[in-house]
Amino acid sequence: MAKYVGARQKRVEDPRLITGNARYLEDVQLPGMLHAAVLRSPYAHARIDSIDTSAASRLPGVVAVFTGQDFADLNPLPCAWQAGGVTNNANTPRVLEIDKVTHTGMGIAVVVAEDRYAAEDALAHIEVAYSVLPTVVDAKKATEAGAPQLHENAPDNICMTWECGDQDGTDRALGASDVVIREHLTNQRLIPTAMEPRGAIGSYDPGTEEYTVWMTSQAPHVMRLLMTAFVMGIPETKMRCLSPQVGGAFGSKIFLYPEYPMVAVLAQKLGRPVKWTESRQENYIATTHGRDHQTDFEVGALRDGTITALKVTTYANLGGTLSTIAPGIPTSLYGSMLSGTYKIPHLHCQVYGVYTNTAMVDAYRGAGRPEATFVIERAVDLVARELNLDPAEVRRKNFIQPEDFPYEPASNLLNGLAYDSGEYEKALERALEQVGYREFRQEQQEARQQGRYLGIGLSSYVEICGVAPSKWVGLPGEGWGAGLWESANVRVHLTGKTVVTTGSQSHGQGLETTMAQVVADELGIPIEDIEVKHSDTMSTPFGYGTYGSRSAAVGTIALYNSVQRIKEKARKLGAHMLEASEEDVVYQDGNVFVKGSPEQAKTIQEIAGAAAVAYDLPAGMEPFLDDTAYYDPPNCTYPFGTHICIVEVDTDTGRVEIKRYLSVDDCGPVINPLIADGQVQGGITQGIAQALYEFAAYDDSGQLLTASMMDYAIPKAEHLPHFENSHTVTPSPVNPMGIKGIGEAGTIASAPAVVNAVVDALSPFGIRDINMPLTPQAVWRAIQEAGR
Amino acid sequence: MADRVIVNTSINGEEATLLCEPRQTLLEVLREGLRLTGTKEGCSNGNCGACNVLLDGVLVNSCLVLAVEAEGRSVTTIEGIALPEGLHPLQQKFLEHAALQCGICTPGFIISAKALLEENPSPTEEEVRFWLAGNLCRCTGYDKIVRAVLDTAEAAPSVGSFGGETP
Repeated sequence: MAKYVGARQKRVEDPRLITGNARYLEDVQLPGMLHAAVLRSPYAHARIDSIDTSAASRLPGVVAVFTGQDFADLNPLPCAWQAGGVTNNANTPRVLEIDKVTHTGMGIAVVVAEDRYAAEDALAHIEVAYSVLPTVVDAKKATEAGAPQLHENAPDNICMTWECGDQDGTDRALGASDVVIREHLTNQRLIPTAMEPRGAIGSYDPGTEEYTVWMTSQAPHVMRLLMTAFVMGIPETKMRCLSPQVGGAFGSKIFLYPEYPMVAVLAQKLGRPVKWTESRQENYIATTHGRDHQTDFEVGALRDGTITALKVTTYANLGGTLSTIAPGIPTSLYGSMLSGTYKIPHLHCQVYGVYTNTAMVDAYRGAGRPEATFVIERAVDLVARELNLDPAEVRRKNFIQPEDFPYEPASNLLNGLAYDSGEYEKALERALEQVGYREFRQEQQEARQQGRYLGIGLSSYVEICGVAPSKWVGLPGEGWGAGLWESANVRVHLTGKTVVTTGSQSHGQGLETTMAQVVADELGIPIEDIEVKHSDTMSTPFGYGTYGSRSAAVGTIALYNSVQRIKEKARKLGAHMLEASEEDVVYQDGNVFVKGSPEQAKTIQEIAGAAAVAYDLPAGMEPFLDDTAYYDPPNCTYPFGTHICIVEVDTDTGRVEIKRYLSVDDCGPVINPLIADGQVQGGITQGIAQALYEFAAYDDSGQLLTASMMDYAIPKAEHLPHFENSHTVTPSPVNPMGIKGIGEAGTIASAPAVVNAVVDALSPFGIRDINMPLTPQAVWRAIQEAGR
Repeated sequence: MADRVIVNTSINGEEATLLCEPRQTLLEVLREGLRLTGTKEGCSNGNCGACNVLLDGVLVNSCLVLAVEAEGRSVTTIEGIALPEGLHPLQQKFLEHAALQCGICTPGFIISAKALLEENPSPTEEEVRFWLAGNLCRCTGYDKIVRAVLDTAEAAPSVGSFGGETP
């Protein structure tokens, strides 16, 4: 009997957050703590000829200044996800660069001082002689003859060339199509901009030779592994990593950054704890960016709207060096998902991963899937436009149908995996009905008569979530350098109070609440009796962390499985206490009783007490109710849905106003609608932001022009609509709870919905595409050019 | 290092004497000196509102106010928002709507919304959205925050019923 799962349960995290009592990294103070500030390269491409730190070292308050030479014994940071099946010419940053930089913001030197003022002030007194080199910031131009070369091991600046699908079959199918539509799409560079910048604190105990590192991380266990085994060359067991409360991440805090091992080593060198926190400007130039694809595609179709083939070529800008999982994003999480919700018989995708003199590009909310969805959802709309068909009709005609599941996209796109389940048309019809599609088309016609330009945009997406199956994602398949299973430990203490520890890591998703809801229902105890603990490598089982919408579909299932085993042990002990035979007793809602006699029950609290004191256990039974589960699912999960956006475009100013935004998402059963709606709304906002506002702009010399919150256009409350959110529920057959995941759906669906709406509004002008972001200037210009 | 100065002020209704450098921001002194870490630093240049506090009841970014400017004035931070009987109505509504996710911008939003409701106890949705334009949130898309503020106003529409220190 579900009491908590599915309910609008208030978040257990919130009391500490709304009172200012949560403890984020910035709030952690250790006795005797020093402060570090990093000198960053102002040049995007340069040789470092010499560094003189003597003046800075003499300043009051400065304890020490170090350069790359002082960390020369550390390995460069690892690139843990290289594109599968191909050569990756990998180049990664060092803790501090020694002789060369390939983007602005790379660390050159570090000042450690008694306070942050002294450390920051001293940076200006470090003298560095650079030989400035020519730069290239555009991924396509970087591959052309004569472009500046960033790395010796990467000719033409190509890190890797990757493909999926069937090139010959796709070419043949395009040749046999009634129409072939070609388009160039830019999926512009974005900056994640979590409201909490990154930071880290290192401390070292010379007695035990153990390091402790606090950091703003989505994956503390992975950070520990990478820092110790790969960068520092020390036993993994000699370090403890903790993420305190994390203030948003959106992918940008998955990765190992140079400053994390740096603070650990500084603490060891100086014998005092060392804290480093990022300024907002550093967050823009030295934390990873996302997207930055240039794509050419050809889509073929028959006159009736049947899509015959899709051929895609993408230049993915990876930045000046590789971040931790950069090559995996535009390959496994992008090319593999280009079929979208449609049966496309022939597909081919070619990806060039390219180095340029820009900040590192890695996973940003959605990570590859927003880029793929943008291509296919724009392509479908262009087919509809070309053939003068309704975009909803073209979607219906090509949808994968419920009976087609498990569905393997054409040409083994998913490398052996298959979409799990879906009712794509149901979500579309629900959305069309809710928005009043037919009535809107009428209203649109009438508005046009009055010179008002309304538009409607559809986006029917499918994503790949719960990314895990280790055999698939790992080195034999997609190139991920480890596994991706998850873990959980459940302990029911003597008093019946229950502690859950998980290798997942919550940084705003409310996992402490949703995980407790699952345990409360399954174990049959009040949610107040459950503590969910995470983000400390010393007290939680190993886990790969929280990203890719995987903590419900993978991490929570580990927890679910662990609770089942706890229940089974409790049932056996309960039978013993009831002096009944094991076969005759059942576990139900926190009670163990003989079938048909619920009045003579032993409660889970009584059983936990009996297990803990262990005075009278069945022969062979170990004391205590304690279980650890490791869960490696057989497949990923594939949430889907349809989003609809209605806009009005002011053709005099180019300003786009969102009149309505409506989502119908299917993430399987919803654990907590209060939380799921929040995830969807926040996700939609980041997609709207991409469609209308945000753009990381570089000049030709590699200077980031949008390196502040004044210049990088994060939308505010006044820029956004009220959201209309609903769900269909199609359980996943992959896991016992049927859960699919919801963290990234909004971001994946929304950018194409908005762009399709604007292009629909402007169709009377003959406009068929405008590059994102659709700023007033871009829209106004498109209208002017169309008018000529 | 600059000479330190003494600042006599009132923090969340209690008299406080601070010893700080003239260059230190109010944000820094609240966080580092008084360990009132509920006020957050998001950008340190007045763009994000995570450091919002009330200075004599007026909404300010504490990263743009020097601590010495608090001399003779009263400061209200997130730690001083709750009422003697429990959470402030805004905190209650943020809780009910789950109008937050990572929570780092939340103290700023609650302070900002309190200032709004004291000035305009029955705002329209548009007025709420424009008032909150000085507060950035990257997680929620703002809708739940706007609902929570409107809901608070609806539940307690009279001026001065929002508690805390009203000037």
